[in-house]
Amino acid sequence: MEVLLGITGKDFVILAASKATMRGPTIIKAEDDKTKQLNKHNLIAFSGEAGDTVQFAEYIQANIQLYTMRNDTELGPNAVASFVRGELARSLRSRNPYTVNLLLGGMDPITQKPHLYWIDYLASVASVPYAAHGYAQYYCLSTLDKHHHPDISLDEGLKLLEMCTDELKRRLPIDYKGVLVKVITKDGVRELDFDNNRIVKSA
Amino acid sequence: MSGYDRALSVFSPDGHVFQVEYAMEAVKRGTCAVGVKGKDVVVLGCEKRSALKLQDTRITPSKIAMVDNHAVLAFAGLNADARILIDKARLEAQSHRLTVEDPVTIEYITKYIAGVQQRYTQSGGVRPFGISTLVVGFDPNDRTPRLYQTEPSGIYSAWKANAIGRSSKTVREFLERNHQDDMDREQTIQLTIKSLLEVVQTGAKNIEVAIMAPGQAIEMLPDDQIEAYVKSIETEKQEEAAKKKTARVGTTTAAILTRPGGGETGESS
Repeated sequence: MEVLLGITGKDFVILAASKATMRGPTIIKAEDDKTKQLNKHNLIAFSGEAGDTVQFAEYIQANIQLYTMRNDTELGPNAVASFVRGELARSLRSRNPYTVNLLLGGMDPITQKPHLYWIDYLASVASVPYAAHGYAQYYCLSTLDKHHHPDISLDEGLKLLEMCTDELKRRLPIDYKGVLVKVITKDGVRELDFDNNRIVKSA
Repeated sequence: MSGYDRALSVFSPDGHVFQVEYAMEAVKRGTCAVGVKGKDVVVLGCEKRSALKLQDTRITPSKIAMVDNHAVLAFAGLNADARILIDKARLEAQSHRLTVEDPVTIEYITKYIAGVQQRYTQSGGVRPFGISTLVVGFDPNDRTPRLYQTEPSGIYSAWKANAIGRSSKTVREFLERNHQDDMDREQTIQLTIKSLLEVVQTGAKNIEVAIMAPGQAIEMLPDDQIEAYVKSIETEKQEEAAKKKTARVGTTTAAILTRPGGGETGESS
């Protein structure tokens, strides 16, 4: 029951990931960071089989860095998404595939446009304006369908995120320990303060 | 030919491995590269081959290459050999990050590079790398500048300032005379360019300079700034020469008299 959310706007991408590390019904850690920065303008959030997730994310990070160093080229979100998809597709057809789902958020270094990619362990990729992984899909996509616009500001984006997390708190039967929120803009990636303590009563 | 320079991994009777020594000869024929450490900065300077008229200099590869974000390498010798070695170093730098979650230290990556070079002096069917390298940068969470050199034989060593490649001896001697500890950024850049100008006649357009500061990305000095440094160094030199000359004219009347067919004409340049 991990939560991954992504929202694009006018000049940013927000990625939010639940802070709980779980093993079966037990929460092991409540301050987990399920994101990894790949380069200045690209961030992934990942969920899935424990162990696979971090291993795969670090592997991707190292290879993106190596490619950049070798070819003196900063990779854009679309290139990173293709690479990640390729690696997942290769892994899927191996003896022990990675079970990792990701959201990739990034700014195109040339056009300065925000991009969000939804990627799952079956190596499907979709470029989307907003996205969710796991159970969050059932609760949040309808909210996002109704309220999202391509040219929202960061504040509006955060309000939208709050609507989503409120709904998760209201409906999800477990406590996912709040979300860690990061935003990608033309200036790079930064973590945002996000109020996870607000209590939401269900109807 | 004595025959001992044919197979790589064979000693000559007096203990030489000729192929390695030939590789060092290839280094001497390569363009010059200089590394200078300052107080909290380290600067690399390279002599650039003059470009041909139709060559696109903007996208012709440079002699200064990033190994990782905090480690930079300059080489002298065979460009093509360097490409292979740099690629191996980059792979190791990322592999090291992946396995221990830490960036490489400059000493570690130097040792790795030297290790690769050594391996190519002791196995069959290969030839040594015809390059020496200067590896510079800062260790993670450390503000001490580092400068190392590697050679085709696999030797590596740490330096305050050093030069490799064509006329490296002249440059090294210049550095020995002029290097001071605790130089600031400006002084370090100046010394680097000044030492290169000892052997680069063509001046600014054949020099490239890279600057490393702690926690920062590599900074390639723009051409116009190099030009400015070169100009100020040249005027400085001229002024000094002029000063010397006037001093000599003032005090050496006796000396001129003792000179056989002399007079001042021979000295005027």
